[in-house]
Amino acid sequence: MEWRDCLKNPDNALTTEEENIVREIIEIRVNDVKPDRNEVLKNQCIPPDIEPSKKTEILFKRAMDLFLETSHPKGIVSEISIPEFEVVYSGEGLNEKKTPLDEIFRKADNLALFVLTIGNIVSQKIDELFKVNEFALGSMLDSVASAGIDKAADSIENLFFNLLSKRGKISPSAGILRYSPGYCGWHMSGQKKLFEFLNPEDINITLLSSYLMKPLKSISGVIVVGEKEIHNFRDSYPFCSQCKTHFCRDRIRSLFRESKHTNKKGGI
Amino acid sequence: MDILKEISEKLQLGDDEKVSVFTKQAIEEKIPPKEILDKGLIQGMDIIGAKYKVHEIFLPEVLLAAKAMHAGMAILKPMFIKEGIPSIGKVVMGTVQGDLHDIGKNLVGIMLKGAGFEVIDLGNNVSPLKFIETAKKENADVIGMSALLTTTMPVMKRVLDLLKEEDLCDRIKTIIGGAPVSEEYAKEIGADAYGYDSANAVEAVKKLVRNEK
Ligand code: B1M
Repeated sequence: MEWRDCLKNPDNALTTEEENIVREIIEIRVNDVKPDRNEVLKNQCIPPDIEPSKKTEILFKRAMDLFLETSHPKGIVSEISIPEFEVVYSGEGLNEKKTPLDEIFRKADNLALFVLTIGNIVSQKIDELFKVNEFALGSMLDSVASAGIDKAADSIENLFFNLLSKRGKISPSAGILRYSPGYCGWHMSGQKKLFEFLNPEDINITLLSSYLMKPLKSISGVIVVGEKEIHNFRDSYPFCSQCKTHFCRDRIRSLFRESKHTNKKGGI
Repeated sequence: MDILKEISEKLQLGDDEKVSVFTKQAIEEKIPPKEILDKGLIQGMDIIGAKYKVHEIFLPEVLLAAKAMHAGMAILKPMFIKEGIPSIGKVVMGTVQGDLHDIGKNLVGIMLKGAGFEVIDLGNNVSPLKFIETAKKENADVIGMSALLTTTMPVMKRVLDLLKEEDLCDRIKTIIGGAPVSEEYAKEIGADAYGYDSANAVEAVKKLVRNEK
């Protein structure tokens, strides 16, 4: 059984002898990555305790419809061994000396590299809306799309988790989180080796020399499965003082709070 | 109600159609275009900006008002050109080479236009030379650069180096912004200002064109 079978029918049984999944192109139904309203409103900087205006609600609905029309989520996922990941992680040698991920991945039970996109049509639509002065709708669509791609990554995480569960490889105290180049000391140039490993050009994701992916609404990273405790780090690395969000705190908290394996707080 | 007040109020409600209608009516009533702009459109946007600052309204309402502002401006602009009335300043802006993030840059551009600036938006992935050439050709007061990645921030410095090489730093001021950019970085590379967000960027650009630090 392959990743995509697991996505279509998560109840399919896997035999324990199955090999690691080498590389799969996965198409995700756009309805499965419909972002939560609260996440979108958060991207619009509307605090959760504020009731949005009627106009905002209308914009949200219109933007969600446009998102469903213009987004084509797909990705490439591949399991990767710790030594193989060590090469990808080391990248161009530009990472911070000490990083949380450097300590985490070596203790992992399973790792999977991923790259995902919702395509370029949604970005073209956002551009078009700005060009015809539909700024509010364009900005709302941008927020929906950013939340949508995160949701797509959540679904890939869940998929990996289901796959491992079916192999009987998940311990009750396991936790799953994803980490991305460009965050927490893993330098953006890590994208180069990640691309060499996954070849996302096959689904039309390309890398610029600045390590930015085209289409813009794309994300990449590694999914790490292991004891929850391995994900627990303190935000006292030298680069943490420059971080404006400290999202890592929420991610770690949610992993322990929800007494479940997956977090609901997206990736870093 | 006074027609200019009417324009300001409809703009605050994001009613672009009514703003167009009342702007045309104000012109018919022989109110000078500059007065329609300052006391109608910009006054409305100023109120929106103030309400946004104290979280009385949020981004969607600001952007709906901005659309209404553009509707009014589309009617007034040909008159300004005909009468030779200059804008309060000209800003050439873009997202730097290697970077495609432009939503933040777009928001800054919209707010600058809302404050009465003329904005020439070069889009994203803009080369240092393009910034300089356009600013020279357009006789711009300010170059605004946006970058969302640490890997594209150095392009900002290249623009500043080119300005220095061409001895244009006194004539053309610079402002930079974007998630990884900071006040310290702006100082380090010799940019004249740093914009934390769009409201802050408008204040900074106003100071730059008034030659204040
Ligand atoms: C001229 O004067 C001025 C003055 C003010 C100016 C100005 C110019 N320009 C901007 N401003 C200012 O005013 C604007 C209005 O208030 C503001 O503009 P902004 O553009 O900042 O604000 C926008 C209105 C809303 N903000 C945004 O759209 C960006 C928000 C954050 C959270 C973000 C998002 C949402 C996304 N991302 Co990502 N993303 C982050 C961002 C972190 C952050 N806190 O900002 C950033 C930019 N991302 C980052 C990364 C690493 C990545 N992202 C990626 C992906 C994504 C999403 C697709 C999920 C999504 C889309 C982004 C988009 N805009 O389309 C990946 C790259 C995507 C690609 N195509 O290559 C990926 C590489 C992660 C990965 N490996 O997958 C980081 C870059 C770090 C670095 N080292 O350079 C990042 C800073 C997050 C972090 N680490 O804290 C101000 O900055």
